[in-house]
Amino acid sequence: MITAMTFIIALYIFMLAAFTGYEVISRVPSILHTPLMSGSNFVHGIVVVGALTALFNASSVLEQVVGFLGVMMGAGNVVGGYVVTDRMLAMFKPSDKAAPQKGAQK
Amino acid sequence: MILLEYIVAISALIASGLLVYGLKRMSSPVTAVSGIVTAGWGMLFVTAASFLGIFSVSEAAKPHLVVNVILAILALVIGGGWAGWKGRSVAMTAMPQMVALFNGMGGGAAAAVSVIALTGPKETGIVPLLVTVAGGLIGSMSLSGSIIAWAKLDGRMNKPIRFGGQRIVNAAVFMLTVLLGIMAAFLYHQDGGGIATLLFFIGALLAGICMTIPIGGADMPVVISLYNAFTGLAVGLEGYVMADPALMIAGMVVGSAGTLLTVMMAKGMNRSIANVLFSNFGEASASTATGPEKEAKSVAPSDAATTMRYASSVIIVPGYGLAVAQAQGKLYDFVKQLQAAGVDVKFAIHPVAGRMPGHMNVLLAEAGVPYDMIYDMEDINDSFADTDVALIIGANDVVNPSARTDKSSPIYGMPILNADQARQVFVIKRGMGMGYSAVQNPLFFQDNCAMVFGDAQAVLSKMVEAVKALGAS
Repeated sequence: MITAMTFIIALYIFMLAAFTGYEVISRVPSILHTPLMSGSNFVHGIVVVGALTALFNASSVLEQVVGFLGVMMGAGNVVGGYVVTDRMLAMFKPSDKAAPQKGAQK
Repeated sequence: MILLEYIVAISALIASGLLVYGLKRMSSPVTAVSGIVTAGWGMLFVTAASFLGIFSVSEAAKPHLVVNVILAILALVIGGGWAGWKGRSVAMTAMPQMVALFNGMGGGAAAAVSVIALTGPKETGIVPLLVTVAGGLIGSMSLSGSIIAWAKLDGRMNKPIRFGGQRIVNAAVFMLTVLLGIMAAFLYHQDGGGIATLLFFIGALLAGICMTIPIGGADMPVVISLYNAFTGLAVGLEGYVMADPALMIAGMVVGSAGTLLTVMMAKGMNRSIANVLFSNFGEASASTATGPEKEAKSVAPSDAATTMRYASSVIIVPGYGLAVAQAQGKLYDFVKQLQAAGVDVKFAIHPVAGRMPGHMNVLLAEAGVPYDMIYDMEDINDSFADTDVALIIGANDVVNPSARTDKSSPIYGMPILNADQARQVFVIKRGMGMGYSAVQNPLFFQDNCAMVFGDAQAVLSKMVEAVKALGAS
């Protein structure tokens, strides 16, 4: 049973998490916008954990079907998000040494 | 709380720490690669730990546990396998729509959790039920909206769909859906609750579709980023319903980070988010698209190549057309030839070149173009006036001088690359078609501009041959 107090605590968690997200992303160079969108897309794939818990606790066919779909989509979000982000970021590998030097010259 | 639950809870705590830390590392080019790996370990850890939950399922679910676990493993393998294969095999140019699709799936998963919370036997009380409804609404909208965004970027749905009174219809659909959602929460396990829940989710999916269909393709990156934030928010809200702090934290971090990313992207296009969502971009262009009455000049690829070979400086402005033609590699071959002939070559990247901010940088990096040749708009815009040749490949709106001069133009005020100020401008383009914003480009009719018609791949091949024929003197 979720009480009023846990609701308040939840609001605090939401507030602090929102500030964290803001701080993590601010002052990002525009070349990283796409990889970051993809990376944050991967992070919200954690919903698969919620879907798994819901499916484990399913006690009717409806819950099983919806839970199955949920886990499937969540898994797609996680794996797809990871693979796409990894491929995008791999493009930055060879430039690891060149990029800071260029910045220093300016 | 039994020991097992502590283990699950601590795992989730560590995982959410790793996820946020990974995201932080991803926000700098130097640490970005390790960032996704860090976040990946966190995700693997929390998913594995969630399987410990099978030892503490509710009484009602115990008889179904074996079936449920088999279903879960099956779903993980099917969903993960499909997405992994798709994500690996898709071309770099198609990345934006893949991000949209995977994001939509996350929204769908959040909506599924919401369905179970609204129909399942677990008593939670009215506040969590209302939160469930909110998460379900946002998640469903993100699912259907992302699918529309994917269809548009993938070229399966080309024209924005607009009709009279659309905003009123959209608002009505949305309001009705919210009302149904509130009904579904209050009628939980009562007569009519099931019907209300069903109608609510249909309405929510419909709302996502209605919201996305009138938006033009050029604005899709901003929309995808917005839906990304939506999904994060939905996941956070469902995390509260599931009493899972890891979901709450990861979801809300993405919700706010995604919102900020969306604002930054919209700023790069000189638009506000409200402007993207509610103004019908391109609608006014029908009246302003008359353009100058002059004919655009056109030249052969070899002539343009010769001009560049004997120029002292060339700035290349790549656009989405280059990526579509898969001509990045060919372009770099040509650039290397010019460099061998002593020409100073630079790349100028508009913040929204390609289909998303940073997309073009990724595509050029894939072709092997070194980073020190690639310049951002702010760094290079003043150099165009001292440059012999600006070579524009498959870009249109981002070099449209109307954005600077013509107040009646729909793209007025958008920051553009001043390619029109170069002494000579060459534009490689398939035809005289308009850009994504469907606005005529007066640059093409300027005296210092010549069109090189053809597919970028074919034109660049001819240019490479032409320069080769001139010899390496």
